[in-house]
Amino acid sequence: MVELAGRPPASSEGYRRSHDWRRRLPERIIGFSLLLCASASILTTVGIVSVLIFEAAHFFGQVSIFEYLGGTRWTPLFASKQFGVLALLAGTILTAGGSMVVALPLGVLSAIYLSEYAHDGVRRVCKPILEVLAGIPTVVYGYFALLFVTPLIRGISENVAVFNGISASIVMGIMILPMVSSLSEDAMRAVPRSLREGAYALGSTKLEVSTRVVIPAALSGIVASFILAASRAIGETMIVTIAAGQNPTFTLNPFIPIETMTAYIVQVSQGDTPTGTLEYQTIFAVALSLFVITLGMNSLSQFFVRRFREVYQ
Amino acid sequence: MQPSEPILQTKNLNVYYGAKRVVTDVTLDFVRNRITAIIGPSGCGKSTLLRCFNRMNDLIPSATITGQVLFEGQDLYAPDVDPTEIRYQIGMVFQRPNPFPKTIFDNVAFGPRINGFRGDLPELVEMSLRRTALWEEVKDRLKTSALALSGGQQQRLCIARALAVEPKVILMDEPCSSLDPIATLAVEDLMRELSQDYSIVIVTHNMQQAARVSDQTAFLMASQERIGELIEFGESRQIFTNPQDERTEAYITGRFG
Amino acid sequence: MAAIGPTEFTQGMARRKWRGRAFHGLCLLAVVMALGMLAVLLIYLVLQGWARVNWEFLTSFPSRHPEQAGIHSALLGSIYLVIIAGFVAFVLGVGAAIYLEEYAGRHWINRVIQVNISNLAGVPSIVYGLLGLEIFVRSLGLGKSLLAGGFTLGLLVLPIIIIAAEEAIKAVPSSVREGAYGLGATRWQTIWHLVLPQAFPGILTGMILASSRAIGETAPLIVVGALAFVPFTPDSPFSRFSALPIQIFNWTARPQAGFHEAAAAGIIVLLVVLLAMNAAAVILRNKFQSPPEG
Repeated sequence: MVELAGRPPASSEGYRRSHDWRRRLPERIIGFSLLLCASASILTTVGIVSVLIFEAAHFFGQVSIFEYLGGTRWTPLFASKQFGVLALLAGTILTAGGSMVVALPLGVLSAIYLSEYAHDGVRRVCKPILEVLAGIPTVVYGYFALLFVTPLIRGISENVAVFNGISASIVMGIMILPMVSSLSEDAMRAVPRSLREGAYALGSTKLEVSTRVVIPAALSGIVASFILAASRAIGETMIVTIAAGQNPTFTLNPFIPIETMTAYIVQVSQGDTPTGTLEYQTIFAVALSLFVITLGMNSLSQFFVRRFREVYQ
Repeated sequence: MQPSEPILQTKNLNVYYGAKRVVTDVTLDFVRNRITAIIGPSGCGKSTLLRCFNRMNDLIPSATITGQVLFEGQDLYAPDVDPTEIRYQIGMVFQRPNPFPKTIFDNVAFGPRINGFRGDLPELVEMSLRRTALWEEVKDRLKTSALALSGGQQQRLCIARALAVEPKVILMDEPCSSLDPIATLAVEDLMRELSQDYSIVIVTHNMQQAARVSDQTAFLMASQERIGELIEFGESRQIFTNPQDERTEAYITGRFG
Repeated sequence: MAAIGPTEFTQGMARRKWRGRAFHGLCLLAVVMALGMLAVLLIYLVLQGWARVNWEFLTSFPSRHPEQAGIHSALLGSIYLVIIAGFVAFVLGVGAAIYLEEYAGRHWINRVIQVNISNLAGVPSIVYGLLGLEIFVRSLGLGKSLLAGGFTLGLLVLPIIIIAAEEAIKAVPSSVREGAYGLGATRWQTIWHLVLPQAFPGILTGMILASSRAIGETAPLIVVGALAFVPFTPDSPFSRFSALPIQIFNWTARPQAGFHEAAAAGIIVLLVVLLAMNAAAVILRNKFQSPPEG
């Protein structure tokens, strides 16, 4: 540094030259390229939205939106075509709802255990292992649902069909469990220690501190985790494709074959449906509905996360 | 039961965090219906010591103690004593006001509710709020969030919350350190008021406050090895006017700390 | 006041304590059940498929006969897909992260992109498949090729890499940048010589996690037209392809028990690959987690 400062003015002339265009132009180009990279994510969104709307518009040109949203029969691949998305939506709601029945209690109780009861060492080991559940590819869960859980359930009752909503729900519940437990646990741990101490100082037991102080204080964070997990279950594809069937049925009966919105898209994609046909466009209409639902839920979840942060950060 | 019998006693109390000793060999008697101040420079272990009296340190996994803490002659750390059972008899007010994110009413009612109070809850809440002189200020908005109160009001709410379970002792851990002078004055008046019914132990780094409110004062200081030890204990008047130990004198005359 | 004696409060203490213990047990049970299900899943898979996992399985093409079926083409397809997807996502993702952290500042574009990224992360993967089908397969004329599949997966994991790279770049102390600017370095010189080298381990960890996500994806690949039966080695980026999850899906859907065993064996291979990648990420993170000196 000292040497640099002591250089004669002549050589600092030499430095200055490199400061003009030869140095600035690459700098500009790099900055511009980086901006292009950043806009790729925007372009992805724009691409998704425009592709879905473009193809779905063709679909709704031929099928009334009221038939689509109000009908309960979905038979676009049959000779007598009907386009009531409620049949697919029912399947989606059934499996996603069923998975929440599994994931909510287990996830929240696990979160309470990890946040309030477990020693640091136990938590550090258990949390990542639980998160492994979220990292297992969904096709693996599909295999497990169809070939392990379904035979188990059919062992209890013969009346359950081979393809059914219940085993898909149970297995999907296992898959989204770590979402509920990890995010809820993060929210509970963000509740200030001083609140817990205040409650303990009044003679509360751990149960009372957890359920009356920590959970209410972390509630918006916990709710955010629920919504995120539900949204994930709604968009989940492989488990329901493999284990729940391909029979669009307007029902909430978990023991019979059904079809979800995602499974329908897979069904059409696997076949050789020519571009430009109404059948081909149906998957974009269904995907658009799916996109709107999950986007709405993710925004809602972010709203709750923001509310949680406002209180504690 | 003698009125002068100590309500709280420590005998050769040592506190450790893991292997490190943080408070050493404290033997103290706290007299019923008096205010005892624990003063000393920061880091001398006075808060740690205070948190032994309602077993708050149990919540820190590495914290252990040796020696005894006696509450009405009974060992608080005896194996059959449940910390939750003693905590409502020995209430605590913290350094920063920590109202629960609930309504004002629910904050005060929290302790009675969990402790299975069967009487007239609204009456108990009103009584507790009156004793902290908060009732007139909040009676029209009991159902609004406690977080909307000012810092001084929040701290008085936390005191009311502690009073609602009828403790025998109230531990106060620098209760005024985050309050402005006017709110501090209100809390100090309240403490004098409460000392008629309760025994109060207050930790403070503010010597004027200790001199103003307390009957007795204990002076703690950390040694070279950063282990807190009891230097001097006595009547506040004597401690602040005629300290026996030169370290106490140095501290209260402001030569260090 | 005398009415409110301590004895009135101690009532029900035994019941409260019992309830507290029961609740503790319930919470513990939930964790044990969750972990137990993971164990059951893994044990079942190993029991079903372990016998089929051998060199022959890895090097054979799929077959009509379950006992001869292998994952050669599917495994190769997965490897090519991850290379393509990883390359796309790495370039775009790290570029975007550098822009967002070092160039955009508090500009409104930054906020728009941030919100956009968090929304993209929540889009169901099958929707990405439709994007790939319409843009890469049809509009760009790539056909149902490795490139189309790889690009689709690349966009799918883009948010993961952007977020990881942003975190890594954010973690580089600003004193480093100030020091470089103080010597007259340009922004890019500072980033290239100082920021990126320090952020690299974090970026690499994100890269591994993104790749492991890409390697397990099935649904978008079905939509862009991955084949279930590929009795040849993909020889160009425009070649049609299969992938390990696609092969597993296909075998699972067959009625014969022999194919189910093959599927389980395929799953074991897939999980071992994922485990290795995640272990690498963990080791990497631990190795570089100790803060750099200075």
